[in-house]
Amino acid sequence: MGEAGTGCDHGWIDPSNSSDPWWADSGASAGPDSWRQFGRDVKRQARQVRREYLHARHRARGEQPSEPTQPSSPSSPYRYGGHPPWMGGHRHHLGPLRRSRDHRMMGGVAGGVADWIHVDPTLVRIGFVLAGIFSGFGVALYLVAWMVIPAEGETSSMAGRVLHDWRGIALALSLVPVVVVSFVVGSALGDGWLAGVVTPLCVAAGGLVLVWRNVGDEERQLVARMMRPLARLGLTGSGSWRSLALRLAVGVVLAAGGVVLLLLHSDRALLRPLGGVALVVAGAVVAFGPWWLHVARDLVDERQARALAEERADMAARVHDSVLQTLALIQRRADQPQQVVKLARAQERELRSWLFDRRAPASAGEDDQMLADAIRRIERDVEEIHEVPVETVVVGDCELDDDLRALVAAGREATVNAAKWSGAASVSVFAEVEPAQVSLYVRDRGMGFDPDAVDPDRRGLAESVRGRMARHGGTAEVHSSRGNGTEVVLRMARRVPAEEEPKAR
Amino acid sequence: MSRPRVFLVDDHALFRAGVRAELGEAVEVVGEADDVDPAVELIGERQPDVVLLDVHLPSGGGQAVVEAVKVEHPEVRFLALSVSDAPEDVIAVIRAGARGYVTKTISGHELVDAVERVAAGDAVFSPRLAGFVLDAFATDPAMARGIRPSFDPELDQLTQREREVLRLIARGYAYKEVASELSISVKTVESHVSAVLRKLQLSSRHQLTRWASDRRLL
Repeated sequence: MGEAGTGCDHGWIDPSNSSDPWWADSGASAGPDSWRQFGRDVKRQARQVRREYLHARHRARGEQPSEPTQPSSPSSPYRYGGHPPWMGGHRHHLGPLRRSRDHRMMGGVAGGVADWIHVDPTLVRIGFVLAGIFSGFGVALYLVAWMVIPAEGETSSMAGRVLHDWRGIALALSLVPVVVVSFVVGSALGDGWLAGVVTPLCVAAGGLVLVWRNVGDEERQLVARMMRPLARLGLTGSGSWRSLALRLAVGVVLAAGGVVLLLLHSDRALLRPLGGVALVVAGAVVAFGPWWLHVARDLVDERQARALAEERADMAARVHDSVLQTLALIQRRADQPQQVVKLARAQERELRSWLFDRRAPASAGEDDQMLADAIRRIERDVEEIHEVPVETVVVGDCELDDDLRALVAAGREATVNAAKWSGAASVSVFAEVEPAQVSLYVRDRGMGFDPDAVDPDRRGLAESVRGRMARHGGTAEVHSSRGNGTEVVLRMARRVPAEEEPKAR
Repeated sequence: MSRPRVFLVDDHALFRAGVRAELGEAVEVVGEADDVDPAVELIGERQPDVVLLDVHLPSGGGQAVVEAVKVEHPEVRFLALSVSDAPEDVIAVIRAGARGYVTKTISGHELVDAVERVAAGDAVFSPRLAGFVLDAFATDPAMARGIRPSFDPELDQLTQREREVLRLIARGYAYKEVASELSISVKTVESHVSAVLRKLQLSSRHQLTRWASDRRLL
């Protein structure tokens, strides 16, 4: 970095332009060893907590624990959109077909299909019901889908598990002798009636055994809960006995009337069957309506409770990760005021950005897409590494392109230098986005220096900042005098003015 | 000028004690309160020159105090003091009538300075508030469309000079430094800042709310 001042050295490759975090190196070497060790401690603990939390959450949801997934695209729009993926706000958008948990009326098949093809679950449900009424095909399709499609969060389908459930299959096969016996007896009596009844019953029983053994825990509980009110219908409260009996009686009479109407042969072929169907349906509604209502309400309650529990878990994890961890560290380091102040400040910043900007702090190594985020990162990093408070003010915001990344990098260099050398108690960073250009001011009230008699370090700053800016068509000015601090002014023209700036890459 | 009489409103006793210590002998602290109702009552009773007001109080925002006191004692001046980064809270207190906003990280010496300035009737802009205001009054044609102008259209925008002053404050310049940078007197800087404060308080510019909601702040 020895050459003098014009900065128009296009052929010269600045090592700091590599994709490595060039500042991190110098920063780490500037800090004391104990501090680096401390940083590693914090990171390790944070990782540990995160792991424990993920396991706990997955256990709670009855899933296999897995590592948190990265957002599928780097520009995933959770900046203003609620939670980042690891906080549970992420849903697969065109992932594998899964039975839905959140849009579940029965098995979640319709909800899953709807999520998969991005339509309203109600539409899919209507489709299934219509197909079921007109041909029975819908019902069969639904059941097969329930068996074959894994539930959300599960890796295997029920059918897949059945194939490996040898004990269940053996249990089911143990019903085969019953069928055989019924056939033998039936043929001996010269009547197919017995086998005609027993066979379907056995098939159904075997199927139920297999399903019950292999359905997911959650769904088993769900079915059990759905059945509970049904069981209670006949058992509970003496007062409800009479109304129940009455209701069942009315239902049975209506249904029986419908069946009779259906079975009666008549000339008026259209009217009777229709009336029969209506009566059967009415009977079913009268008899089972309350139960069905109960089940529906239960499902809604369950869904809300789950959403609430997840939200609470996220909140708890966040507080644990950040605030409690920091408090614990502060207690342990009560004798090191410098580090306590730094910890408190870092934590305050993080909590503030979460509470007020509603965004999670970008994790290390993630590339900032927006200028304001990048500036905030300078604040955070410099405060952490150099223990000097940085006051940032950002007016406006825009997406970063290569030029603006250079601007940010130069600004970071200037800030780091101010923190390291000026001796000022704090550094002010002001960034303003205007339609045609972006300006960045880094000011300290430190010792300042005489620009005409600079020591090598200072010139290094000026050249690396100036050079970086010049290569991207920007300008850099350094104002300083002894005793009055230093201000670095960086300006970069925007490539595409106004709003519709295309992505830099 | 005699020592300004100062009243503290903050829900943290520890913080009030800290501010008291930092202000030291430079001001006379005539009382403190930890919530809206006691604050309104005691301020009416003691009639301080300046109230140092936390933006967030248990039973509501600091603007509730400003609005309640203003009715009977319009001469009492308020300086908002907060750690809050949320612009809509800060702007709300300013629009209610506070004469300035500083962050709690301010040094004791700067705080005394700010109190004296407010006591003298001037406005106090921290870099952060200057940034908020520049943002709120950004000349964005797309934004300006469809906004009903104030009864006085001048209230809806900052002059070039005011913008320059705010920009320098946002850069971390003290009033004195702003003055020498722009080759004007400190008094002129103060009058520019007061003008900006007036615009902030009086502008019916819906942009302020629009700006806040654009940032998902409301």
